[in-house]
Amino acid sequence: MPHMTDERVRAGLTHEEDLSLLHEVSMKTAGVSRLEMCIQCGTCGGSCPAAKDMDHTPRMLFAMLRAGMREEVLRSNTQWICVSCYHCVVRCPQEVHIADVMYTLKGMAIKEKLYEDSTAPDFSQTFVDMVETYGRSFEMGLASRHYLKHFPLRLPGMMPMGLGMITKGRMALMPKKIKQMDQLKKILDHAKQLEMTS
Amino acid sequence: MNKYLLYPGCSMESSAKAYMESMNTILEPLDLHFEEIDDWNCCGATEYLGINLIPAYSLIARNLALATKQMHPANGTGGTRTVVAPCSACYLNLAKADHYMNERPSLGEKVNEALAAGGLHYEAGTLDVRHLIDILVYDVGLEKIREAVVHPLTGLKVVPYMGCMLPRPDYQHRWSDHEHPTELDDLLRALGADVIDYPLTTECCGGHMTQIGPETAFELIRRLVADADERGAQMMVTVCPMCQMNVDAYQNEMNNYFGTDYHIPILFFTQLMGLAFGKEPGELGIGVELVSSRNVLAGIGVEVPVTQEPAAPRKKDEGLPMPRRWTKHEGRKEAVK
Ligand code: SF4
Ligand code: SF4
Repeated sequence: MPHMTDERVRAGLTHEEDLSLLHEVSMKTAGVSRLEMCIQCGTCGGSCPAAKDMDHTPRMLFAMLRAGMREEVLRSNTQWICVSCYHCVVRCPQEVHIADVMYTLKGMAIKEKLYEDSTAPDFSQTFVDMVETYGRSFEMGLASRHYLKHFPLRLPGMMPMGLGMITKGRMALMPKKIKQMDQLKKILDHAKQLEMTS
Repeated sequence: MNKYLLYPGCSMESSAKAYMESMNTILEPLDLHFEEIDDWNCCGATEYLGINLIPAYSLIARNLALATKQMHPANGTGGTRTVVAPCSACYLNLAKADHYMNERPSLGEKVNEALAAGGLHYEAGTLDVRHLIDILVYDVGLEKIREAVVHPLTGLKVVPYMGCMLPRPDYQHRWSDHEHPTELDDLLRALGADVIDYPLTTECCGGHMTQIGPETAFELIRRLVADADERGAQMMVTVCPMCQMNVDAYQNEMNNYFGTDYHIPILFFTQLMGLAFGKEPGELGIGVELVSSRNVLAGIGVEVPVTQEPAAPRKKDEGLPMPRRWTKHEGRKEAVK
């Protein structure tokens, strides 16, 4: 009878079970994520309206986290395809904060530059830049710059809609700035420091 | 008079200003008073949350902190602790920040440390964050709404579209159901409309995917519109600026993508309330939707004026102001066809 360790090695299990990635993601998630409680029932993937466009269903992604597959998880398009509809969240029998875990994975993928397609991360970053500059979002600037950069070939097709929005007065051509921008900036700067040290 | 603090959110000032106008029009007949939170900032939508946790929650919490400063009787708010958010995404973010700051005190402490840098503080649990339709159905009540109706919307076939973020994850247990809440159905029935059963009522409109992965969004929009059409609805009714924007402004792109030909207008529930209360379409922002509701409303005797609002003048040759960071971004590998 072969030694246990040989079986483990043949199966590719060269490490002790390592749940550090799972815990890391759990701790970086808002509230008490309950990620460790996932029982792999698959309810999340079965409820997800966007699952067909995902590399991995949420269930599979969480199994990969448990297996310590850091790079594969952060390279997955799943967190970027998630539309934040919370369907999975209200159905999960273990009350895992699934949508919030997706946000955490996006943040980690951006920090470690592990994403295959920069469209979504760029959009998030542009949005954040807007908010950090004006305190409010600016739909016109956001949409036009984003399309110009990522979907230039689509712009002519988008013109009727864009013009429609402008002529109907539904797109502000200039951003609005909040009064106490300096206060917001101080808060965000301090929050960023805390984020780095925590 | 019922007094509340109002968090309008960014889209109410631009793409969803029809929602803002119609909301303001129905407040008086229902004896409601909304006091806008002074100098509120963006809630971060779904984007900020994916970048940095503590800054994202600090951004949201600044609004909650400003609201608590304003909630004194002397400010004309009657001391209300209730914040009204008409946008489902704003509602969820504000409610979620309050909930998580409570559930995980270490998060609350860090957020407050950040807020302190701007001289602010928010004690989790101080405020009640609620959506506009929640106020209308549960505080004002359907009885009072029925009494205010002077032009019942008889014969108008509508599907109630609640969207996904409003009834989920429902931290405060506000809704009749997570998947098939009936609040919007009940309200539309109180207006006299012919409400068609709509199983997709809480399905997602695609959210921000119209910007970053349009194919995913188009499919979700197609499902919504096709089902409404199949059931004989003349119109979809929404409670959320994002839902309105996606189903309305992108309906044509979606049609181009799939080779379909749907024309289902989508209006805000406040616009239909205004019509039923005898207000003019012009006061309710009706006519600025891209899929016109003109023909459908003509069927119930409402004449929608042609609006051709001229675009605001722009200083010549001036580029749109953009944050500096944009130019530093790395290029994308390939263009999506
Ligand atoms: S629904 Fe919840 S418990 Fe089931 S697989 Fe998904 S996260 Fe795990
Ligand atoms: S929140 Fe994301 S993962 Fe969950 S069902 Fe919705 S799209 Fe799918």
